[in-house]
Amino acid sequence: MSLLAPDVDSVVRLPQQSVRRRVSDRAFLIVLVISFGLALAGLVALLWYVFDTGLPAFGPRLWRRFPSLNPAISGARSAVFGTLWVLAVTASLAVPIGIGAAVYLEEFAPADKWYTRWIALNIQNLAGVPSIVYGIFGLAFIARGPIDLGPVVLTGGIILALLVLPIVIIASREAIRAVPESIRHGSFALGATRLQTVRRQVLPAAVPGIATGVILALSRAIGEAAPLIMIGAFTYVPFNPTGLDSKFTVLPIQIFDWIGRPQEGFTQLAAAACILLLAILLAMNAIAIWLRNRYQQRW
Amino acid sequence: MLRIPGSSPNDPGILRARRRYGERVVIGILFCCAALSVAVTVGIVLSLIPPTLEFFREVDIFAFLTGTDWAPLFVPAKFGVLPIVMGTIVVTICAISVAVPFGLGTAIYLSEYARPRVRKLLKPLIELLAGIPTVIYGYFALKFISPFVQNLWPVGDSPGVFNALSAGLVMGIMILPMVASLSEDALSAVPHGLREGAYALGSSKFEVSTRVSVPAALSGIVAAFVLAVSRAVGETMIVLIAAGGTPNMSLNPGEAMQTMTAFIAAAGTGDLPQGSTGYKTIFAVGSLLFVATFMMNVFSNRIVLKYREVYE
Repeated sequence: MSLLAPDVDSVVRLPQQSVRRRVSDRAFLIVLVISFGLALAGLVALLWYVFDTGLPAFGPRLWRRFPSLNPAISGARSAVFGTLWVLAVTASLAVPIGIGAAVYLEEFAPADKWYTRWIALNIQNLAGVPSIVYGIFGLAFIARGPIDLGPVVLTGGIILALLVLPIVIIASREAIRAVPESIRHGSFALGATRLQTVRRQVLPAAVPGIATGVILALSRAIGEAAPLIMIGAFTYVPFNPTGLDSKFTVLPIQIFDWIGRPQEGFTQLAAAACILLLAILLAMNAIAIWLRNRYQQRW
Repeated sequence: MLRIPGSSPNDPGILRARRRYGERVVIGILFCCAALSVAVTVGIVLSLIPPTLEFFREVDIFAFLTGTDWAPLFVPAKFGVLPIVMGTIVVTICAISVAVPFGLGTAIYLSEYARPRVRKLLKPLIELLAGIPTVIYGYFALKFISPFVQNLWPVGDSPGVFNALSAGLVMGIMILPMVASLSEDALSAVPHGLREGAYALGSSKFEVSTRVSVPAALSGIVAAFVLAVSRAVGETMIVLIAAGGTPNMSLNPGEAMQTMTAFIAAAGTGDLPQGSTGYKTIFAVGSLLFVATFMMNVFSNRIVLKYREVYE
């Protein structure tokens, strides 16, 4: 579209184009630029405010010190480690299952069968379920109820894995679909079975796309607080997790806890922890972009 | 469908491959991965229905859906859900009135006006907004936007620190990238021929955008709108932090309000004894939330599928 559009005005400037029409054209563009500007302004204001408030309190103590009731000596060490633990569980569940599901749906599922369409539709709809509902599910089924794990690292990791699973599946499906048929045909022609083709040709070719999707999914998981609040992740945990059955807190919950405290020192700490969270997210996204640019193949 | 050697042992003319039972097993495992998503849906529904049914054995469903007094955790408990539904609606309206017009404007700008290079530069910036954790948005709403709302409030009493408007406005900024990116997808799916035809008839860019591109992409834009509403209804952390925790049967966005999601989260942190009516309330409200968002998502997916058939 935009290949054509920018030049049309100069090429086809019709003499009868009235002043009113040209004015409305300009005004419309201004409205569009303003709405775009609002989005940018929101981003800039948010980043500016968080950095302006948080930078004075930002420092190594955030990941060196445990939370305390005194904001001057408080840190978020347990939350940083809790985040890493939960994320590790989430990744080790969501990545293999998500890729497995994507491989099945793209390579093996009979496209004309009702259950294939049903599964695909179901994944679409799961992606739109509010995260708090996953929290209710976790509370009723995993933290308490039949599985009864309690509010521990494993529970948090499972809930977040289920939450981001649709994202991993949808991104992996797209990456697998982007691998051209000719590569599969070549592999079949050499006598490989479908599974061998998937493992040795399709998956390696799709890795950059899958990795990008996985990182995006994990960065969604790292920022989630609501479902973990539901399963009873604690706001005050002055120790690191020692295993999957350990009680835990994560950075977003620590931030939430600090926001709720009246002292000015905790407001600053909350902003400092926001900076830390944003820095982790930025690093993850940078890796995703680098992967995409480094390994992306165009067929 | 491509015929794969060995996939059919009775195939004449090719070497008969040995049966690969291991592969069958692997494919079975892959199927289980895909089927897990169905299990999750079933699990969600199963976790919601029994406690909800038990809840309605204790509380009249009609009183629940039409009551205007919400105090399920107090003595005496009141179970009229309308105040928190109202809170959800007010916050959603605030969010949508930011996200939809400005998101659509952003989409039209990116797809109809911006040159490819500009677009390539600007799009990731907008997408950055979508990646910011909601708890940070909540912090921003409470500490930065709320003072503005308090100072600039035009009529009557100035709102308190916690108000639905600041939560809604920030939620609007959060949802804006989604609206923009879905609408842009819909706009760029409109065939170039339609626009070229309009230009050939002497239309200005404004006329092409508003009378050709947007109407042609309307179904996709409606889908984006519905999905945005669903997102706003289901968002938790921003309202939990910035909208206050008082159920409020009011349409005034300057007042503190509780939404359905914020109630669930607040009740979930409260360590309610399992099996109490208060505990079951979480599930009743959760069911309401799930049904509402699920219907909107299904509706939106339907529209998207339908318009894809038209142009592809």
